[in-house]
Amino acid sequence: MVSIAVDLNRCQGYAQCAFLAPEIFTMHGDEALLYDPDPDEAHREKLAQAAAACPVQAILVDAVDEPAEAVPGGR
Amino acid sequence: MVGDGVLEQLKREGRIVVVGASLAGLRAAETLRAMGFAGSLTMIGDEPCEPYDRPPLSKGVLLGRARAERTALPRLRSVDATWRLGVPATGLDMAAKRVRLADGDEVPYDRLLIATGVRARPWPREEEAELDGVFVLRTRDEAAALARRLDEGPHRVLVIGGGFAGSEVASACRERGIPVTVAERGAAPLVGALGGVVAAVAAGLQREHGVDLRCGVMVTALEGDASGRVRAAHLSDGSTVETDVVVVSLGALRNTEWLYGSGLGAGPRGIACDAGCRAFDIRGIVTDDIYAAGDVARCPHPLFGYQFLSLEHWGNAVAQAGIAAHNMVSESVDRLPHMDVPAFWSSQFGVNIKSVGVPSMGTEILISQGSLDSRRFVGVYGYQGRVIGAVSFDHGRWLPFYQELIERTAPFPPQFPTVDRHAGGQRPVDADFPDPSVPSHGPTVTLSGYSPADRRMTFTPAH
Amino acid sequence: MTPTLLHQILDYANRADPYPIYEELRKTPVHHETDGAYVISTYYEIRSLLHDPRISSDARNVASGNADPPAESAPEESALPPSFLRLDPPEHDRLRRMTNRHFGPPHSPHRVDGMRPELHDIVGGLIDGLGDPGRIDLVEEFSYPFPVTVICRLLGVPREDEARFHTWADTLAASLDPDPDADPAERGKDAHEARMALGMYLAGLIEERRKNPGDDMLSQLATAKGQDGPMTTMELLSTAALLLIAGHETTVNLISNGMLTLLRHPEVLQRLRTEPRLAVPIVEELLRFEPPVQLLPGRTALADIEVRGVTIPEGSALWLVLASGNRDPQRFENPDRFDPDRPDIQHLGLGSGIHSCFGAPVARLEAQLALAELARRLENPRLLDDPPEYRQNAVLRGPRHLRIACDGIRP
Repeated sequence: MVSIAVDLNRCQGYAQCAFLAPEIFTMHGDEALLYDPDPDEAHREKLAQAAAACPVQAILVDAVDEPAEAVPGGR
Repeated sequence: MVGDGVLEQLKREGRIVVVGASLAGLRAAETLRAMGFAGSLTMIGDEPCEPYDRPPLSKGVLLGRARAERTALPRLRSVDATWRLGVPATGLDMAAKRVRLADGDEVPYDRLLIATGVRARPWPREEEAELDGVFVLRTRDEAAALARRLDEGPHRVLVIGGGFAGSEVASACRERGIPVTVAERGAAPLVGALGGVVAAVAAGLQREHGVDLRCGVMVTALEGDASGRVRAAHLSDGSTVETDVVVVSLGALRNTEWLYGSGLGAGPRGIACDAGCRAFDIRGIVTDDIYAAGDVARCPHPLFGYQFLSLEHWGNAVAQAGIAAHNMVSESVDRLPHMDVPAFWSSQFGVNIKSVGVPSMGTEILISQGSLDSRRFVGVYGYQGRVIGAVSFDHGRWLPFYQELIERTAPFPPQFPTVDRHAGGQRPVDADFPDPSVPSHGPTVTLSGYSPADRRMTFTPAH
Repeated sequence: MTPTLLHQILDYANRADPYPIYEELRKTPVHHETDGAYVISTYYEIRSLLHDPRISSDARNVASGNADPPAESAPEESALPPSFLRLDPPEHDRLRRMTNRHFGPPHSPHRVDGMRPELHDIVGGLIDGLGDPGRIDLVEEFSYPFPVTVICRLLGVPREDEARFHTWADTLAASLDPDPDADPAERGKDAHEARMALGMYLAGLIEERRKNPGDDMLSQLATAKGQDGPMTTMELLSTAALLLIAGHETTVNLISNGMLTLLRHPEVLQRLRTEPRLAVPIVEELLRFEPPVQLLPGRTALADIEVRGVTIPEGSALWLVLASGNRDPQRFENPDRFDPDRPDIQHLGLGSGIHSCFGAPVARLEAQLALAELARRLENPRLLDDPPEYRQNAVLRGPRHLRIACDGIRP
């Protein structure tokens, strides 16, 4: 379980993520990005590739392992 | 120095309460911890779930590519907070420094951050709003409910309001092959945010994608069937739209009611604060222990004549939360102003729309690159002889340049040639914004005047 | 007379370590020598100019006499019209979009991702085939053949024709180097001939693909009818030539520079051996630290542009020294340190803006895989020559030979 978000203000549609991890990131038209905010754990390695390749570093990946730090009712 | 000691003590063992557990609240909490705040941190949120991201709700979720319950915001660092979720704050006692909760509990604070955001403006007629099939779209639950209904394959979706959110809903419906009607009070979709010149392009996009776009009309009534399901909508031009799903997309209301009577400068336009995110009280005096960030805050922006801006933008929430949190645990000389240039994006009908600055302040527009016809262009907005905003359709990589122009208060119209300047982009034209005195649900930037104590604002729906 | 900084950059004697010259250059972020180009060497200024619509990539905009016109600049004399690398919008956007249709998302989202197994096989085969472990020329035996094989398969160019187009590609790559001293006519002539020959070769191939289309990019480009319509034959030839040369002459340097850098930083190499995922940040840091394209010499100012208080007059040629921006201490802490653990590697190694590297995702996958596998399989690898012998090019900079030895090859 890993959650991600993309800062689409930063995103300029270079599509590196959509090339490298098409299961998670898809281009919608030439420039708009759609993504799965809750990608499958199986794609974690590809997610790391996509996040590292982003030329504007817009992909935010969960850095905290313990789910939700005991948020009641969370997740 | 005495001041140092107080701050050090606050950072070591103070109590910080954040009301609003969404994007701004979470990023503020993370910044507080990153700044070395080691005291107690309480996160209060009216929704029962952990902080989640909203942009996917009107895009991937409605397309069926992401699940509404699965848009939790990534955690950039541990915040080690006490979470009070599913319990709205109901009041504030500024003298006693306590936040009252709906369950009767009171939470004391040394510093308070208010990031309660906005909620969807409901359909004004309550009995019609309660018809089965009438939706608004702001929260995770609302998105989940709407997505479920779209999965069932409705006969026709009616979207009331052609702002960004409404247009994104219409786009998702069309992509799923669902017939959709958009009813927009203005002359075209997005007209309030981007003006008539660009809105005409948006209108063309909608029609080309099969949207039944009705502009210059209002929905006067929603009609239900015997079982309480919506079946039709009546429009001000006398026409009727048969529909089984209505999405009310008339903008947002700021979640400030809980502060009324507290003495804080909070009203329908948001919470007035200074450039450092410190909230004003109703007397126009700045507090030193209450801060505001995100959609609910309105703060004077040096690049835009120190007008109070409230911005319903993802990026603003992030940046302002960072500034507020920083300032909450800093000496006054170390505080930072919130000076980020506003920016937002929307994707609809396969086109990426991005904006920097405040287009809706502009009076003129010049298409500096590309062309309206190709729907690939950059439009620059001018106000009193300077560049005040820019919008791009599938031209986002150029926007950093225009952001620099805005930051430098560069002259308008721009005097230089660019690559791909078309004949239509040689001269500025009227940006064609609607009369601002006409209520509009369009812009996601609200200029709210110069006075922090200004609470006069009424919205009179014409419906 | 002290040679000018421009000459020093181009001087082959400085090829092994141009970074002290760049450091000198950054003291004047906008550096101008009489009758020469304006050289921009600092990170933020380069990045701004890469997003500046007053900057043209179309060589036809260079005011005459302001700079040595690069080889592609005279279409009436050239066999092929300029490729999208040397065009401005809207032509650039249209051609790049049409090319991308058969390469990446949104229309071909799985093309590159789907190459992973194939890349793995090619790398494995090349490492298996390395000769005497005591005497390996990594360029000849690995980092050249790998990307060439990949670009050939991607485009649908027969691998066995490599000997034919190798020379043309080298000549054209060399012509990218600005050279104030060479006889422009002579240089232009060589490049012209190479372009002509490459064009003829590709024309034959495209004709063949039109008759018997495969699932390669050439076939698809030659038969496509997207929303932008088909490419003209001349556009198709220019695009194919660009992809073939770029796929040929850049990744080889990324891989060679990469292995060279790792061998100079054995602790990182050791980590990579046990932790193959480290290849991802290593390649990003390499793109910063030793970028395969050192500078972009082909941009022109369409207006008077003020940069850091200096007015660059309309029509001036610009050099954007990416490799210098990548070492700018205003942007990167300890910029001369190779550190894949940097938290924020937003390098300029693949450019930025509309002309950012088209093949970037393939280059990334190739380099990540190549370095991870070399680290895993070579036993105790070490450099035989340091610095190695470099290629002539200052722009596409990399070793001509990278002689290494190891104790053996792991399976």
